[in-house]
Amino acid sequence: MSDQPGLLEIIGTAGARPAPGSSDVVVEATDVHKWFGRNEVLKGVSLTVRRGEVVVICGPSGSGKTTFIRCINHLEKIQAGRILVNGHTIGYRERDGKLIEDRDASIARQRREIGMVFQRFNLFPHQTALGNIIEAPVHVLGIPEEEAKTMGRALLARVGLGTKEAAYPAQLSGGQQQRVAIARALAMKPSLMLFDEPTSALDPEMIGEVLAVMKELAAEGMTMILVSHEMGFAREVATRVVMMDEGQIVEVAPPGEFFSHPTSERTRAFLSKIL
Amino acid sequence: MAVGGWRVLATLPLAALMLAGCSGSGSYIYDWSIFVDAVVRPDGLILTGVWLTLIISVVAQMIGVLLGVFSALGRTARLLPLRVLAGLYVWLFRGTPLLVQLTFFFFGLSVAKIYTWPPIELFGLSISGEIQAGVFALGVNEGAYMSEIVRAGILAVDRGQLEAARSLGMTYRLAMLRVVLPQAARVIIPPLGNEFNNMLKTTSLLVVLGNVPELYVTFSRKNGSGPTSFHPFELFLAAAVWYLLLTTIWSLAQARIERRLSQGDRRDEDRGLLDRLLGTGGKPDARTRGVR
Ligand SMILES: Nc1ncnc2c1ncn2[C@@H]1O[C@H](COP(=O)(O)OP(=O)(O)OP(=O)(O)O)[C@@H](O)[C@H]1O
Ligand SMILES: [Mg+2]
Repeated sequence: MSDQPGLLEIIGTAGARPAPGSSDVVVEATDVHKWFGRNEVLKGVSLTVRRGEVVVICGPSGSGKTTFIRCINHLEKIQAGRILVNGHTIGYRERDGKLIEDRDASIARQRREIGMVFQRFNLFPHQTALGNIIEAPVHVLGIPEEEAKTMGRALLARVGLGTKEAAYPAQLSGGQQQRVAIARALAMKPSLMLFDEPTSALDPEMIGEVLAVMKELAAEGMTMILVSHEMGFAREVATRVVMMDEGQIVEVAPPGEFFSHPTSERTRAFLSKIL
Repeated sequence: MAVGGWRVLATLPLAALMLAGCSGSGSYIYDWSIFVDAVVRPDGLILTGVWLTLIISVVAQMIGVLLGVFSALGRTARLLPLRVLAGLYVWLFRGTPLLVQLTFFFFGLSVAKIYTWPPIELFGLSISGEIQAGVFALGVNEGAYMSEIVRAGILAVDRGQLEAARSLGMTYRLAMLRVVLPQAARVIIPPLGNEFNNMLKTTSLLVVLGNVPELYVTFSRKNGSGPTSFHPFELFLAAAVWYLLLTTIWSLAQARIERRLSQGDRRDEDRGLLDRLLGTGGKPDARTRGVR
């Protein structure tokens, strides 16, 4: 596999340097609060993620992990605090010191640079694997179809699905679908990838093939935030591990520290349950 | 033109009129040669009627689908006025009789000189105001029903699809157009087929507008003219046969379309022709098996 071009080489963002003068902070979340009705789900979450980092978020069920990463591409609104992605408040504009929700088109434009991979894949069932991948490049970015197909085929080959371009999602295994979903997100040339439990809907024997793709992506320098309970992956690949509980971040540390000397009692309790 | 229409409207209790024509000689005697003739040797008027029925149905159904899609989207819109407008439309047109809508749009508007439905030249053909008004009323009425069908189709698409589309940078509109509606189509097509079947026959209501050489109108005109004087029931039965032919052809077309749409999910096995039309297959449809 090593003689193949890297995933980021295929999409043409390998080694892309941020514009001079821009910081290397990709995500900056500050004191984010989120309510579902009267239920406060995020209670002041702050997190800064730098270019090339791989941040793994774990924590008990219902602690707000999914909600938090959905806020990062504005699939959820927030009620207080702010989230900057590549220096721009995502989903909101500032006017007279107040945040106003952006228009649909500008939110859509901001989302182009953020790839998202879902627990349940969410591939478009009416389109083939290749069709899924080229859909947004062609219809959102306006890339010519042939060019998009060339890139899409290269991506499929790179995630080990070179022979499956004409297959519909229903004809693919879970692991294959999730690899297509990763390729689909990458085809938009994102500078940030979000993963919400990308392997937790998979049979055990398929988890490895998806994690392998994610490992390569991390090794090539993609900035990634993922919610996952794959502690082996976190230990090996993460630059930092985040522990969330009851809508708050209770611990952030590099994996070595996180696993060997967790400072918070809740982290210790959580780790003892899942390790 | 509108005045002529009024006259037809005034004579509406057709059955009474027709029976009046054949009373006096005691009981009604069926002359089946009239029926057979109208079925086997259709004249130009009948064939025109068949075509016109088909064309009116197709155009009205297309208007209905478009209005249905727009009003279904309107009812899920973020802006309150849009939701109210779409809701009002569906409420009004599903809640009032088509017959009232037809007569209002044609006679009601033209007598008040609000819109007099002048003929339109299209592809070298002159399209009468009656046909225009008829297509318009049928389409607008149908749109209200399609709205519900489209809405159910949209709701049947998993939320994750819209989210995936949006997270790829699609605007709401593009996501609807490229991702949600194509999937909703699978759910929409079967009831849409039903609606069109209905539409083929509902065109017969255009009889109230008078001057539309649609199938039913053509046959009701034949009654009392020439050798076929006052044999309305043979003629209407013949008309029924022609409608049946149209709806049968449509049923077969619909089965084909649905089969193509369900490619990839193996629930719909090959069904024979008779089975598709009459359900003679013996085994319950795979889709409803276990539901009852
Ligand atoms: N759409 C919603 N409406 C109302 N409440 C919600 C909604 N989505 C999530 N919640 C609530 O928000 C809280 C956090 O949910 P979230 O899905 O973010 O947790 P999670 O940490 O991802 O959990 P899990 O590990 O089970 O996926 C839960 O109490 C949940 O019930
Ligand atoms: Mg979750």
